[in-house]
Parts: sequence; C-alpha cells; structure tokens
Amino acid sequence: MSAIKPLVSVEHLSLAFTGNRKAQALTDVSFHLHAGEVLGLLGESGSGKSVTLRTLLRLHSERTTQISGLITVDGLDVLALNSRALQAYRGATTSMIFQEPGLAFDPVYTIGQQIVEVILAHEAVNHSVARHRALEMLDRVQIPQARRRFDAYPHELSGGMRQRAMIALALACKPKLLLADEPTTALDATVQIQILLLLRELQKETGMAVIFVTHDIGAAVEIADRIAVMYGGRIAEENAVAGIVQHPSHPYTAGLLGATVDSSHRGKPLISIPGSPPNLANLPPGCPFAPRCTSASDQCRTECPSVVESPAHADLASPPRLACWHPIR
Amino acid sequence: MFFYVLRRLLYAIPIALGVTLISFLLVYLAPGDPLNAIAPSDAPAETIAALKVAYGLDKPLPMQYGLWLLRAVQGDLGVSIASGRPVAAEVLTAVRNTLVLAGIAGAIGIFFGCLLGALAGYWHGSWIDRIATFLSVIGVSVPHYWLGMVLTIIFSTWLAWFPAMGAGPGGSAEWLWDYAHMRHLVLPAITLCVIPLGIITRTVRALVADMLDQEFVIALRARGLSNATIFKHVAKNTAPTVLAVSGLQLGYLMGGSILVETVFAWPGTGFLLNTAIFQRDIPVLQGTILILCMFFVALNLIVDIIQPLIDPRMARA
Ligand SMILES: Nc1ncnc2c1ncn2[C@@H]1O[C@H](COP(=O)(O)OP(=O)(O)OP(=O)(O)O)[C@@H](O)[C@H]1O
Ligand SMILES: [Mg+2]
Repeated sequence: MSAIKPLVSVEHLSLAFTGNRKAQALTDVSFHLHAGEVLGLLGESGSGKSVTLRTLLRLHSERTTQISGLITVDGLDVLALNSRALQAYRGATTSMIFQEPGLAFDPVYTIGQQIVEVILAHEAVNHSVARHRALEMLDRVQIPQARRRFDAYPHELSGGMRQRAMIALALACKPKLLLADEPTTALDATVQIQILLLLRELQKETGMAVIFVTHDIGAAVEIADRIAVMYGGRIAEENAVAGIVQHPSHPYTAGLLGATVDSSHRGKPLISIPGSPPNLANLPPGCPFAPRCTSASDQCRTECPSVVESPAHADLASPPRLACWHPIR
Repeated sequence: MFFYVLRRLLYAIPIALGVTLISFLLVYLAPGDPLNAIAPSDAPAETIAALKVAYGLDKPLPMQYGLWLLRAVQGDLGVSIASGRPVAAEVLTAVRNTLVLAGIAGAIGIFFGCLLGALAGYWHGSWIDRIATFLSVIGVSVPHYWLGMVLTIIFSTWLAWFPAMGAGPGGSAEWLWDYAHMRHLVLPAITLCVIPLGIITRTVRALVADMLDQEFVIALRARGLSNATIFKHVAKNTAPTVLAVSGLQLGYLMGGSILVETVFAWPGTGFLLNTAIFQRDIPVLQGTILILCMFFVALNLIVDIIQPLIDPRMARA
C-alpha cells in the first residue's frame, strides 16, 4: 500500500442491530480509501451496503445498535466524535446522496432554502453569500433555470432534477468524501447515465473521494477505481476494477459477474445466483456464502475466512484482497 | 394559491346553506308538533290556527324556510318562547361566554398537547412517553362531567378555592376579564381542556414518532443540522395535521361542552342548548345550532386555507 495516509480507513467494523429487529448487519469490515479515489460497493440486496454508508455518518440510532471497530475519515475518529463535532463532520467533511431524492428532501421547504440552510449550518457566511453559493451549485449540477428551481418545492421537480439538486446540496460545503447510496437506481435509464456522467465529472473536478453503492456492475465499472464486493455483511473481495472484471477470485464475485463480463453487461442487473442471501439474524458459523457455493468444503461451513491479500494471486498485476478458502485461480 | 382560496370559499357556501336547512328542519324532525310547546294541549282550535299564522307555520315548508333564512341573514333569529327575548341576543351572549371557556380550554389543551406529544414522540419508549400516553388515555376516556363534579367537590366544596357555579359573581352572565370572573373560569377550563389535551397529545406523539423514522429526517441528520433545526423541520411537517385536529377539537369544544357547561352552570351555548331542549324552546334551539354549525364551517375553512400555506403539496388537491 502507498505511504500516504488514506483519507478513509475502516478497520474491523462490526455492527449489530439490537432493537426489535435483530441482525448482525456488518462483520469485520475493513477498507481504505485515498483522497480522490472512487470505491464501488457491490452486492445483493441486504448485504450491508447501506448500513456501511450510514455507519460512516453514524446515522443509526445509538440505542439500538452496537458498533465495534475503527472509522477514521480525514484524521477524525468518527465513532468517538461528540455531538457537536459530529454535526460539523456530517455534511461538511462527509456528505451523502440517497437512492430516492424524492424522499430525502424535506417536502415543505424549497430546494433553495435547504441548500442555504446547510451552508449556513457549516460556514460562517451571511445569508446572501449562502444564497449566491446555492445558486452557483444548482448551475454547477446543470439544472436549467436554476433561479426558478431555487424557489421550487421538491415535488415540483422531476426525479432527475431532484437528484441533481440533491447532489448540489451534498457538494455545497465541499466535502472530502461523498457517499452515494444507489443514486441512480430510482431513475429512468437515460437519466441514470446523465447523473452518472455528472457525478464522474464533479468527482474529477473537485478531487473528492466517493463511495458508490450500486447493484449495477456497469455503473460501478464506469465510475469506480476499485470495487469491494459485499456478502452477508462482510467484504468478500476487493480489487481494482480491472482486476475484479478480468479475474474475479471469489466464487460469489464470479457468480455476480456471470463468469465473464463484457461490455454487453453494461446497465443490466446482476445475474442471479441460485439460493438466497443469508439471514443476518442467524448467520451460519462458516463462510456466509458456503450454502450457495459450488466449491464449498467442510472447512467453509465451519470456519469463516478473513479478508487477506491472497498469496495465491500474488503473481497477478492486481492481486485481490479476498475472504475465501478456495479462491478461483 | 389564490384560486385555491377562492375554490375553498365557494365550497363553503353550499355547506353553509345545507347547515341552515338542517337547523331549520330540526323543528320538524323533532318528535311532536312544534306548536305543542307554545300552546297548551287543550287550547281551542281557533287559538292554534291564530298561533300558526303568527309563527308563519301556515305557509308551505319551502316558503317558511326562505323567510326564516332571509331573517336569519339579517340577524333576526326570532323570539325565545321561554323568555320572550330575541334569540339572536341570547345566542350572542352565550357564544361569547362559550368562546371564552372553549378558547382558554382549547389553548391549554392544544399547547400542552403539542408539547407533551412532541416530547413523547421524540423520546418514544422512554418514561416521558409512558407518562404522556397514560395522561392521554385518561384524558380521552374519563367522562368529563364526572371529572367536573370531582373537581367541584375537591376544590370548591372542600377547599373552597374556586367557585363552582356561573361565569361571574352573583350569577352574572356578562363576562369580564377581571379576577372575580377568572376565578370562575378555572375549574370548567381545566375540566374541558382534558379532552383536547388527550387527543392532541396522542396525535402529535404518533406524528412525531413516525416522522423521525422517515428518510428525509435521516437525510437532515446526514447534513449535519442541529437538533433544534431538525425539530423545526419536523414541526413544520406535522403542523398541517395538528392544525386540522386542533380545529376540529375547538369546534367540538364550542358545541360539545353541554355537559360541562351544565355541571358548572356556565352560561354558554351548551347551557343554553340544554335549557332550550328541556323547555322545547325551538327558536333558541334552531338559532344556537345554526350559529354553532357556522362556527364549525368557518373553522374548517380557516384550517383549509392555512394548511397549504405550510405544506405546498396540499394546494394542488
Ligand atoms: N434499522 C435496522 N434494524 C434492523 N435491521 C436492519 C436495520 N437497517 C438495516 N437492517 C438490516 O441490515 C441488513 C443490511 O441492510 P442494508 O440496507 O445495508 O442492505 P443493502 O446492501 O443496502 O441492500 P439494498 O441493495 O436492498 O439497499 C438487512 O438485512 C436489513 O434488514
Ligand atoms: Mg441499500
């Protein structure tokens, strides 16, 4: 690994929901992210992608979650921040865009009011400066007639415009890390591509790091530098995009990619793997993927592999970090 | 927005007309001949006929309604059979007294209901939630005339802190904002505020608890806004519903306090209705119900107009 300190480092993060609905949502999740890097988080529904993102902003109710591990973002020990420091961190150092922009805006405030509010919450500027910046942001995400859209309520915009406005809001305080939770899933196909291109452009322009959660391998390949594949609340495999696509080493990754991936897969949903994801309220003792894995052995069913830099793949140009007893060679 | 207000105003007209029709027809829906209340049952036929002409009862029904409505619009609701005074004056005095009582009780109920409900919803599952839930169940389920009697026995009979009867010293029906009159207000206001308190606590609690789990509130947290700011957002989102429920409760208090007003001999609309029913004083009954219903229509209209000012999505409905 490089000598520069990573912007984001997540180490041995585990999270359990202890409220009415119990679940071991994350187990021993570790990854690093450098400034300006884009990490794609890939995995089936329920694999813990959103929980990972929300934990990075500590959005889960403290009363009903149990967290262990270490999260460092830009030198801040996120899990140890007091409430004032947490407020300053959220939205300014790290901000988030959501799958359903229609649900993530307050419906009774205008788009402009909400962007101005965020700027005023984080920066010592007056209202007119904040307003000017908000309009600038709306222009920057290529919303036509930004001045009119500024005074519009969220329900008055189309889905694509709302997501653009959400991006403007998220970037208004120049975050170093952007968390994007399936930002294109709820949109029409053509709008999806526009939003993806916009995100990539803005990422290049601002040099921020991005964690991009998606079901869509095509989108991940398009935007990410590296991809981490999650399964059952763990990371199964992590590698550079080229490494993942050309040489998937975890049987689950291979299953996701449908053995070989070519450009014809772009924009299509993941190929389904027989069986269903594990029940997080009652995880098996071994590898969570073992019940669905064709190469599972007794060891797989009793002992859980941890994520390591696979020695079997040391000769590859881009060796994966892998949690598997029987990786594909 | 202008057209929305215009439309609401236009909708209110047929509703108000319907209300006048029902108030008018009440006389005929009530069992017995309205004349029975006026004339002794053994009155000679000529007297009855003369009375019929005097009260306009000899004309066809639609015409009677038309004449009644025409006079009502001009503020003439007829003459009370029991007291011989103009109904409009009696109803006006009663409405004023009820407005004082319902206004104060409603204000207490709505204010503390919102406060308690918001706290309970924000910390749902905590001890404050349990206290609020307990209080609201009591508020909704305890019969309020019973509560009124209990309060009277304790604070009036035993402790002699507050008077138990009337709106002012010496049974005066004229309300004044002075100490002597306010002392009369305490017990009935406390008794009456319990229902809106219970219902509004319950409503606000459910709204706030539900709101806090919504995606947009999580998104507000993710933006790094302070708790106070987030609370402002939640309050604005719950306001339209709270407003509607509060308006309804105020409407009920205006007319629904018959029992409480009777228990405390409060000279308001409820007391007046009660007396009018027992005396079969139909003009007073008609007039009071008409005015109360108009209050309801007006309150609903106000709520309908304020709601979309808070939540712009409603203006399209
Ligand atoms: N508040 C919560 N309480 C209990 N369990 C939860 C809670 N939030 C999420 N979970 C559980 O955690 C697991 C991971 O959920 P998560 O939302 O991270 O999945 P995901 O990978 O984002 O899936 P999707 O692609 O459907 O968004 C799921 O099994 C979910 O049921
Ligand atoms: Mg998700």
